Amino acid sequence: MSGIGNSSKKSGWKNLGLISSIFAIIIGLLVGFLILLFSNPNQAIGGFKTILTGALTDGSKGIGMVLYYATPIICTGLSVGFAFKTGLFNIGATGQFTVGAFASVVVGITATKLGNIHWIVALFAAVIAGALWALIPGLLKAYANINEVIAGIMTNYIGMYLVNWIVKDTNALFNMLENRSKPVAPTANIPKALLDQIFKGSYVNAGIIIAVIAAIIIYIILNKTTFGYELKAVGFNRDASKYAGINEKKSIVWSMVISGALAGLGGGLFYLAGSGKYIEVVDELASAGFDGISVALLGLSHPIGILLSAIFIAYIKQGGFYLQLFEYSGEIIDIIIAVIIYFSAFSMIVRNFISNRERKRKVDHIGGSAQIPAPINEPSDYGSENEEEIREATQEEGGDK
Amino acid sequence: MDYIIEMLGITKEFPGIIANDNITLQLKKGEIHALLGENGAGKSTLMSVLFGLYQPEKGSIKVKGKTVKINGPLDANALGIGMVHQHFKLVHNFTVLQNIILGVETVSGGFLKMEEARKKVLELSEHYQLAVDPDAYVSDISVGMQQRVEILKMLYRENEILIFDEPTAVLTPQEIDELMNIMRDLAKEGKSILFITHKLNEIKAVADRCSVLRRGRYIGTVDVKSTDKETMSEMMVGRKVNFKVDKKEAKPKEVVLDIKTVTVHSKQKGNKKALVHDVSFVVKKGEIVSIAGIDGNGQSELVQAITGLIKCDSGSIKLHGEDITKKTIRYRNIHGLSHIPEDRHKHGLVLEYTVQDNLVLQEYFTEKYQKGGFLKRDAIHENAIKLIEQYDIRSGQGAVTTCRSMSGGNQQKVIIAREIQRRPELLVAVQPTRGLDVGAIEFVHRQLIAERDKGSGVLLVSFELDEVMNLSDRILVMYEGEIVASLKPDEVTVQELGLYMAGSKRRKA
Repeated sequence: MSGIGNSSKKSGWKNLGLISSIFAIIIGLLVGFLILLFSNPNQAIGGFKTILTGALTDGSKGIGMVLYYATPIICTGLSVGFAFKTGLFNIGATGQFTVGAFASVVVGITATKLGNIHWIVALFAAVIAGALWALIPGLLKAYANINEVIAGIMTNYIGMYLVNWIVKDTNALFNMLENRSKPVAPTANIPKALLDQIFKGSYVNAGIIIAVIAAIIIYIILNKTTFGYELKAVGFNRDASKYAGINEKKSIVWSMVISGALAGLGGGLFYLAGSGKYIEVVDELASAGFDGISVALLGLSHPIGILLSAIFIAYIKQGGFYLQLFEYSGEIIDIIIAVIIYFSAFSMIVRNFISNRERKRKVDHIGGSAQIPAPINEPSDYGSENEEEIREATQEEGGDK
Repeated sequence: MDYIIEMLGITKEFPGIIANDNITLQLKKGEIHALLGENGAGKSTLMSVLFGLYQPEKGSIKVKGKTVKINGPLDANALGIGMVHQHFKLVHNFTVLQNIILGVETVSGGFLKMEEARKKVLELSEHYQLAVDPDAYVSDISVGMQQRVEILKMLYRENEILIFDEPTAVLTPQEIDELMNIMRDLAKEGKSILFITHKLNEIKAVADRCSVLRRGRYIGTVDVKSTDKETMSEMMVGRKVNFKVDKKEAKPKEVVLDIKTVTVHSKQKGNKKALVHDVSFVVKKGEIVSIAGIDGNGQSELVQAITGLIKCDSGSIKLHGEDITKKTIRYRNIHGLSHIPEDRHKHGLVLEYTVQDNLVLQEYFTEKYQKGGFLKRDAIHENAIKLIEQYDIRSGQGAVTTCRSMSGGNQQKVIIAREIQRRPELLVAVQPTRGLDVGAIEFVHRQLIAERDKGSGVLLVSFELDEVMNLSDRILVMYEGEIVASLKPDEVTVQELGLYMAGSKRRKA
């Protein structure tokens, strides 16, 4: 399943995943089109076209903006996806994102004497803050068996209010007129790395490159290292990992910490982009963390899939921005994304459906019984699953005596 | 001849395999009919067809001579077909009576009429000599009594056709005898019984006729009285099977495992019961020591304490002289301890991992398979290829098959291959043949004896008395967390062993 070995079977599996994600996207877009049709039939066609191509309206600037918007959600997507792969649901990515952003802004505003490495230090601060913030649910999960979802939701709110409070109460950070943080020093902004030349007029910067590198590193950790082997083993089966001598508590903590570091990185990259982004003192959770969940689901938690799905979501969000020209509200995009996520959650079903049909076709092709002489490989048809099924079902007996 | 159920020419195909190929099963009224077959022979599929969970591609089902169409378990129940499952389906915090009437409650105006039900249950209980206490909670009664509750459930529903799915797996020899008597009585009363099993002794003891399935095909139906065990097993496996395990005299050498006064308390809150109480024994190199006992008498906890999965509250565990009581699981793993766990899905395998990854579960971090934190994929793959060949592990895509998609027997082979190739000094094997078919059992037994002969100490925990008797050089009996007897297999009979296991006899070693 998760990148073990290199058989041809694996690539087939991946294709199926891709197909089911594309299927989800198509359904999502169709539903979006229906909504457009209902709310304002005359403009529907034009509006739909805008969703699909709006991001390209301004040429290379549009693409640059897509990459700019994709950067933080690649990170939060990796955060959530990494946690998924290791058996955890990091719903706390939002809080880790916020805390990471805060740390980077603090370093960005205050540590002005660092010169060229200022932005690097600020980013590191973001990574470490995110990691530490995720350490809390990690420790609670591993040692007190407290569900990471509950701890994650709580740390989301604690993180948000804590950041607002500190920003508001620290003169060095607070811009009272605008009710938000002061701008970071120019040296804290992430370099453009010539990307502003390619995508003129957009906010894109080296952050996208850092995000891509993060995706590659996560891919390597998960698939090539003993560390990833351990983390995944614990995620799949905590008991067996313990049996194998893996310190499963430590692994859980590490999974959360890495996941939090990624979310924190996302916060840092977003707030150091030099795009006029400030920490607003409002009681609202950052949406990037939740977008990360969507991205991870659509990308099937695979680092490369997450990269693509983050860019896709940024792309149609950017298109949605232009939707306002057609007297639609931009929220329609959010509905479309929600539907897509809904259906990508069904991707398992679709995948099974397709693979079953494939198998059947193959059987028809070679004439069915030609294959039987290896019944030993055929457990699921009479193995425990079925026994369980017949037991379950017969238990519902009675009633009409 | 009147048949109460006839399944004629049943064919059920799944993609890539024919699970049932033209199978005919005819059950006479009032007989005990055994259905014999290895795992994967198609027994479960056939029963699923009978209960309407699958619709067969070909074939028909007749009940009392009339062709019927069964669309689901409710239909089957309406036709008087009932089943006792291998794992009982009882609500633990309900009383016996509540469990029996569950789903067929007599009500008036929305209120339960328990008195009527109680009367009927007591009548049935008396009539069939199925002693139960209707007001006891299921969680408090023994496994044997739980089984009687299951039987009463079928009788309460006035089922005529009773199916027993491997009913003896969890019982002591005495309880098995009792069950056999109950089955005979039921048959005498005119109930028809279908008895699914792969234990030939039991078929010999109780069944009238026996139908054999092998690899989805119907092999034949024989009269049990005039057929010997060897013939039946040959029909089942398709070749001659050696029942007696060939083994030489044990040559015990130095002590490898030394356990002194180990006690393990229950970890449940408010429950201070000692699950393992003051247990001491040794295992020497070159011998197989078995722990016999009924499930739930502390064997699992004892093994988990030895392997490090749980902490022991007092006492000491020494592995070749070194105190490992406080050591980590990994430390034990790399210092000569191998463990074939009781629950292969819970502990033994990461089911989502491939065969090759599972085969290095305790060794992925060693020099052999790791360099600078990166896995040596090639070495892992080669290791798998070698072991697959050596242990005849069969799977769809060889080394890269996901373990979840493999049959139980082959999953077990993965574990056994892994544990044995680590060259353990002490091999702890818990229920190593559970759920395996005759051929695979033979294989596992040969492996355990080979390990012994190579000079490892083997600690075997098994609920199968035949296995204990055949393999062990010494038998320890565990009852309620204590070792109640230490015996030699040639000095004791199965019956006697059963008495120790049930706690009615003890002899301190």
